[in-house]
Amino acid sequence: MTYLHSIGEYFLMLKGVFGRMTKSSVLRSLILKEINDLIMGSMGIVAFLSFFIGAVVAIQTALNLTNPLIPKTLVAYAARQSVILEFAPTFISIIMAGKVGSFITSSIGSMRVTEQIDALEVMGINSKNYLIFPKIIAMLTYPFVIAISMFLGITGAYFAAVVGGFVTSDQFITGLQDEFIPFHLTYAFIKTFLFAFILATVPAYHGYYMKGGALEVGEAATTSFVWTSVVLIVTNYLVTQLLLS
Amino acid sequence: MIEVKNLYKGFNGQQVLNGIDYTFERGKTNLIIGQSGSGKSVFLKCMLGLFKPDKGTIVYDGKPYSSFSDEEQRELRKEMGMLFQGGALFDSMNVEQNVMFPLKMFTKQHKKEMLKRVHEVLERVNLDGTGDKMPSEISGGMQKRVAIARAIVNKPKYLFCDEPNSGLDPKTATVIDNLIQELTHENDITTVLITHDMNSVLEIGERIAFLKDGVLAWKGTKDEIFKTEDEAVTDFVYSSNLFQQVREAQQKEK
Repeated sequence: MTYLHSIGEYFLMLKGVFGRMTKSSVLRSLILKEINDLIMGSMGIVAFLSFFIGAVVAIQTALNLTNPLIPKTLVAYAARQSVILEFAPTFISIIMAGKVGSFITSSIGSMRVTEQIDALEVMGINSKNYLIFPKIIAMLTYPFVIAISMFLGITGAYFAAVVGGFVTSDQFITGLQDEFIPFHLTYAFIKTFLFAFILATVPAYHGYYMKGGALEVGEAATTSFVWTSVVLIVTNYLVTQLLLS
Repeated sequence: MIEVKNLYKGFNGQQVLNGIDYTFERGKTNLIIGQSGSGKSVFLKCMLGLFKPDKGTIVYDGKPYSSFSDEEQRELRKEMGMLFQGGALFDSMNVEQNVMFPLKMFTKQHKKEMLKRVHEVLERVNLDGTGDKMPSEISGGMQKRVAIARAIVNKPKYLFCDEPNSGLDPKTATVIDNLIQELTHENDITTVLITHDMNSVLEIGERIAFLKDGVLAWKGTKDEIFKTEDEAVTDFVYSSNLFQQVREAQQKEK
């Protein structure tokens, strides 16, 4: 019953988010600020993780290719497929649920605790639109983060495989181009857009409707991470089932 | 002027406000006092339009709130200034941006005009020169003054204050009280102020409403409150040792 109530409340929140709009000039500066906080602020960790995940995937694949009948090009093929299909969109989104999600929940939650949201409401401002809409728009640039993650993941795989002496550069490039299906990229970016929406709205819900004080802000951030991850994983399963099976 | 007529409000079967009738006069500091849980905050939130009354009407300068369209309600809110207990300043903005916020949201003024008005009100609350400071960099009393500046920057007709001097030392609390009273008189605002603080009652209690268990138990002025024989009021007023001693001294003099 509590879950049903929360789901209903989440959708009512979304209705409010797309309700009465904040003044466009104010909204513009809020969106730019959110892009800076949510997207640009995450580039470092995304780049670092992507590069090393790609590298590890390549090493693991190379070390497990003991059968001489399997071509070495498979190292790049496996790295490409795993990075594009899952590691970049899904794994990075789970990391973002921790970084960006916790930031969204705690920043909105602190505003709730310190009556800043009440202050907006008293002024006659649609606080849901003012606080959450710019985050959703900012997260529309999230696919660029994932594109960079894909590129760096494959670059990491290249360095690990070639510099590590597992394959030659030519073998890696050949493997990378082997049986490439462009729809896999479409699938990955469809997922990414859905994940971006989830990453902006589920943590915002946990922050907006939180009750209590500073301790509860911390609890809300943790709960938000758990639920955002759950929703991401379930959505990932459903989208994969719908688009790839 | 705000007239409250036969106001009822309850939550989950528990009645919080029980048929309140009261008029908050324009150009005066109207205080609502009472113990915790007496319904003061719910009363204030009903007036702010954050809670919908179960029964009764709130009339703003002759027009009942219930007859307002959504657009009129939003317009009315632009005429309200609110000073929250903790200040409720926006953490991500500096003092100047906080005070400018209502102007930015609701007016089409040029930035130069907005800045001029911001500096005017900051000067009025004795905070000129602090515009570039973040809320976390200033004291509690200064935060309250910034919140007052933000509340009055758009020249509101109604000013609501929720325990404006909670957490402040007596001297700063008096500064805040006096500032609210001066602004009320200067700008002919209808000010409604919730407080527990008997010093505030003494300083600025031009009109006082005493709530007990959701009922308007007594109304009067700061002079009348110390003369009343009403048991509920005397219990509340003389619960402070200081006022108890003053009362005993007065009785001895008699």
